[in-house]
Amino acid sequence: MATDTKKVIKAPSKVKSLFKSPARITLMIAGLFFILALVESLTGATDISSPGTSGATLRFAIPLLMAGLGGLWAERAGVINIGLEGMMIVGTWTAAWFGYLHGPLMGFVAAAIFGLASGFFHAILTVKIGIDQAVSGLAINLIAAGGARYLSGVFFPPVGGDRTVSPPVDSFPTFTIPVIAPILEKIDAQDIFFISNLAGILHGLTKDVSLVTFALLLLVPLTSWILWRSKFGLRMRFSGENPMAAESLGINVYRIRYIAISVSGMLASLGGAYLALVASSVYREGQTAGRGFIGLATVIFGNWKPGGVFAGSILFGFTDALRVRQSESVMSLIMVAGIVALVLSIFYSINRRWKPGLISGSLALVAWWIHQRVDVIPQEFVTVFPNFATLIVLTFLAQRLTPPAMAGMPYRRGSE
Amino acid sequence: MKKDRIFWGTVAPLAAVVSSLFLVSIILILRGANPITIFQVMISYGFEPRNLVSELNQTVSYYLAGVAAAIGFKMLLFNIGIDGQYRMGAFFGAVVGAAVSLPPVLHVLLIVITAMLAGGLWAAIAGYLKVRRGVSEVISNIMLNFIAAAIIAFLLGEDLLGILPEGSQNVQTRPIPLSGQMPTFKLFDGEIYSFIFVAIFVGIAYWIMLNKTVFGFNLRATGLSFRAARSSGVNAPGMIFITTVLSGAIAGLVGLGTLLSDTHSYSMAFPSGFAFTGLSLALLGRNHPVGIFFAAFLWSFLERAAPVLEYEGVPPEIVIVMQGTIVLAIVVAYEVVARINLRQQQRAVGKANVELVKESK
Amino acid sequence: MGNILEVAGVEKKYPGVVANRDVSLLVREGSIHAIIGENGAGKSTLMKTLYGLIRPDAGSIKVFSKEVSLKSPQDAIALGIGMVHQHFKLADNATVLENVILGGEPSRFGFVIKYDEARKKLLEIAETYHLEIDPNESVANLGVGERQRVEIAKVLFRGAKILILDEPTAVLVPQEVTELFENLRELVDKGLTVLFISHKLDEVLSIADDITIMRQGTTVATKKPADTNKKELAELMVGGELPKPIPGVQNISEKSILSIKDAFYSRHDGREILHNLNLDLHGGEILGLAGVEGNGQSELIELIMGLLPATSGSVEVLGLDASTAHTKEIRNAGVAYIPQDRQRDGLLMSAPLWENRILGHQFAMPMARGMWVNKAAAAEDSKRVVEEFDVRTPGVNVLASALSGGNQQKFIVGRELSGDPKLIVAAQPTRGVDVGAQAIIWDHLMKARSAGAGVLLVSADLEELFSLSDRIAVIYGGTIVSILNPLKTTPEDLGLAMTGAKSA
Repeated sequence: MATDTKKVIKAPSKVKSLFKSPARITLMIAGLFFILALVESLTGATDISSPGTSGATLRFAIPLLMAGLGGLWAERAGVINIGLEGMMIVGTWTAAWFGYLHGPLMGFVAAAIFGLASGFFHAILTVKIGIDQAVSGLAINLIAAGGARYLSGVFFPPVGGDRTVSPPVDSFPTFTIPVIAPILEKIDAQDIFFISNLAGILHGLTKDVSLVTFALLLLVPLTSWILWRSKFGLRMRFSGENPMAAESLGINVYRIRYIAISVSGMLASLGGAYLALVASSVYREGQTAGRGFIGLATVIFGNWKPGGVFAGSILFGFTDALRVRQSESVMSLIMVAGIVALVLSIFYSINRRWKPGLISGSLALVAWWIHQRVDVIPQEFVTVFPNFATLIVLTFLAQRLTPPAMAGMPYRRGSE
Repeated sequence: MKKDRIFWGTVAPLAAVVSSLFLVSIILILRGANPITIFQVMISYGFEPRNLVSELNQTVSYYLAGVAAAIGFKMLLFNIGIDGQYRMGAFFGAVVGAAVSLPPVLHVLLIVITAMLAGGLWAAIAGYLKVRRGVSEVISNIMLNFIAAAIIAFLLGEDLLGILPEGSQNVQTRPIPLSGQMPTFKLFDGEIYSFIFVAIFVGIAYWIMLNKTVFGFNLRATGLSFRAARSSGVNAPGMIFITTVLSGAIAGLVGLGTLLSDTHSYSMAFPSGFAFTGLSLALLGRNHPVGIFFAAFLWSFLERAAPVLEYEGVPPEIVIVMQGTIVLAIVVAYEVVARINLRQQQRAVGKANVELVKESK
Repeated sequence: MGNILEVAGVEKKYPGVVANRDVSLLVREGSIHAIIGENGAGKSTLMKTLYGLIRPDAGSIKVFSKEVSLKSPQDAIALGIGMVHQHFKLADNATVLENVILGGEPSRFGFVIKYDEARKKLLEIAETYHLEIDPNESVANLGVGERQRVEIAKVLFRGAKILILDEPTAVLVPQEVTELFENLRELVDKGLTVLFISHKLDEVLSIADDITIMRQGTTVATKKPADTNKKELAELMVGGELPKPIPGVQNISEKSILSIKDAFYSRHDGREILHNLNLDLHGGEILGLAGVEGNGQSELIELIMGLLPATSGSVEVLGLDASTAHTKEIRNAGVAYIPQDRQRDGLLMSAPLWENRILGHQFAMPMARGMWVNKAAAAEDSKRVVEEFDVRTPGVNVLASALSGGNQQKFIVGRELSGDPKLIVAAQPTRGVDVGAQAIIWDHLMKARSAGAGVLLVSADLEELFSLSDRIAVIYGGTIVSILNPLKTTPEDLGLAMTGAKSA
């Protein structure tokens, strides 16, 4: 997790000046785990660092990650892609159907192709015809949802599915990383403070994983690399920051947006394919459940950087995973968050930054109060945590976020 | 000039519906079905009295969603938060309605006002974020939709504001007593929500407000040109906020037809998707109260007549495809029509014109 | 050293106006060549022609004695001509290096950017020309002067031999101006050529090797600083004779319409735009405001209209404190506003004319009755405006965007002058308007004056200023530098005041 952030710290991040270097980040993550281990040994709720949780986290996170990357590609080029949800639905359906017909790998390929096409369609509407980006996204969501339901009714019943569920698809082979996984399992069983917790988490990431997961994860550093190291990426970033400046230097902003939005559709679609083929083995109506929109949230949460989107999707995937696990875990999590807030508060106060210090201090108090007074966090609040977190970030940290300056604003060639 | 306006106003939506029908016909033909028969079946089924009644009742909620969206559109605001605002309105309207006992008309009035307040306040969050922090109302409203659903689901939890009546699977709010209920009236052998009159009133009020009042003028002006409105003395940021709240307040009314005349309580079974529908209807109806009405009816008709398609061997979901393509066709058509219209007007001005222009520079 | 740039007989016409005519220019290689002139002198058009943004109707351009035809900025860049725009084209959320190399990135296999190579090249350029820039710095953290250096680096990176700078000192503070001039000297010492557009005589005399004066679309003369002085330059810029004021009834009242005392205005980023500004306007007079665009006029107008609050000092409009009152109140008190940017600030382009009649007057009779809009009155009065001000349109239901610019302007003026306003803030009121309608508008302004209104006439058209004004205030560098009597002002006085030189 720490390695891809190095490529990411090109443009200055204004969110927290804590994230200054890879070494610092590694230290902070280590600290986080330390606190986690502490809480777990104190409360006996060991589920957070269990392999089950980390495995589930990854499975829930990947679709969010793909939707987030899809949103990132589009927004970096200047377009806010409201149609991500629809493009994800395209992915779930085509992956399930073509996966059923020709095997899971073809399912992914089909999803990629159709996703690319839906992105391209969105690009034609917004770039060429000049329709409002939100309206175009809305139309795509409608058509995709309706189309998927219609086609399900046409194709699935004859072959063993029904109108809302596809016939089952063969799953991807999963494997367990040979030498490392068993070792981690042993360490976890030892129950050594901190080491075992870490081992538990890592074990979950190395057991029963599919190749696809890793392939998709690679898209994060790849996106990072493209954005900050390639010619196309530089031009794409300027298309979102100042398309007029790019135009004045002879760059065809329209062409760049076409490509970026098409890729955006492809990525969202791959996320949907993952939902249908890896996280489960069928297409189910309503499977996406708003994840396309959460993808947009992770882009904001991650301050428009691939590493941030990754972190956001892990966080949101984590809360998603928690839903189906023990509820004490949620409580422990709040304790962890509270202690982190306390540490931050002390850090800020030492540096005489009173305002952030006060805010994190109050957060720590809130966490403590919740722990004392509340038995169980209602299920609904856990589910909606990503949305709530994004809203908080938007409300309080709006000034420190660095969105692409012209994202979402209409642009026509030759305008000044 | 007026004739012209009506022409240009209707040609785009008509073109959209026609092209959508065309596309769907192709899909049907590919399935081996005969589009003409299909449409005939749908129309005869849809216009059967009992179905008409159901469609009209559905039109009530759709219409209000459309008007709420249209208010936003006039300000270039994309109110995708109608879902959350409608839920807040219906839920709190139901809760407050069940908690008090007032003489009939007042009771209903209280519910309506509560619903509008709830919807408006919920929308105000997004409005505040937009005006004070420059946050896109689309993103914040999407988040708020989910949060609203979660809060209501939580509050409906049995110990709080919800009850589980005998023989029912759905938790719901306490039922509203008779004084807080609105009657239905008989039409075509069925019961139509009397709330339809409120909806029509809202539509008329919307139109009058927008076109006859200074407030409406300011609203439209701010949407047409933020800077020109500002220079003319309008408090433009304030206008944005007020419009967001107003749109939310109307959205809060969306569920009241059903609530007051049918279910008399709110439950999780209340439908969703009003944001997408409302936005589509406002687009289709060109933000015009009459246009939105026809669009709302069309939508209700399509949805009500859909199941009959199954008997013809066509998956009823094709109706959703129709709706989606109509929305798409509509926006494309508007772009094209607007450009033609402008060019026409420019030509007319040019004809009335022979002049020398002295530009300095 | 020969002439790197030879321009001869260049002409550019637009419908109804000649922007450039018979323009000739000889620029020596390795020199700083300044081009000075007023608003409307044709400098911008010439620069855009040299940069390939505009194609001339006639004439020739030779670069290094070879005739060239520039069809686009790319052609100009290929020939070594680089433009440093007045409004920077930079992305804040990127580094200096990224901004500089965009579009011209050195790359491997065509898609991997060789950042090290690019950085090295940029540092070499910075070193050679003593340009202080840090390739890794984020543009967001840069001040105005530094951003300008990045723009300069941009053109140098592409191998520019001739740099065109369009009013470069307009946005700089004195310290930054000094730094810029040092940089320009460095560039020229290394053999580059600089074309420098300005209206500030002091600066031009101190930095330029040659000065070409433009007036009314043509090049009037070229001088060396040593052979001339401010007075001569000012006279050449403004012309030999100034228009005579139109005799009118002067009826200046005691009532103060507008009273500005020691006003300061700083933008939210800290930049001071107006300072020590004092201005008085009484009923029954027309006060002209002369000055080259960019010296604070727009901000001053917005202060008066209540669109911006003064940072300190007082701005009193018809008894109201403009810094705290709403624009609505100010308008209702009887202030009319003819904005400079008619399409953005004065009209609702996609609305019909009769609705545009209401704009600005929607808070009072007769356009509104309480909360209701009076469409009938609006339509009727629109027809009156169309008649009186000769607006060419088939009707009042036509969209504003369908009208030509001149007719839009006429309509706006007609609208604003209705209802007997007490203060008329008119910014470029006859820009784009034909001669006949201009006379109508002038007539109405003078009638308003006779009726006791006060008019603040902000204009770049000297003829307009001199024909109408009772007094002319000159704004320069954010403050009023002098108040002139149109009957007794010489072109030198005016030119000197407008270009910031104290008369001497």
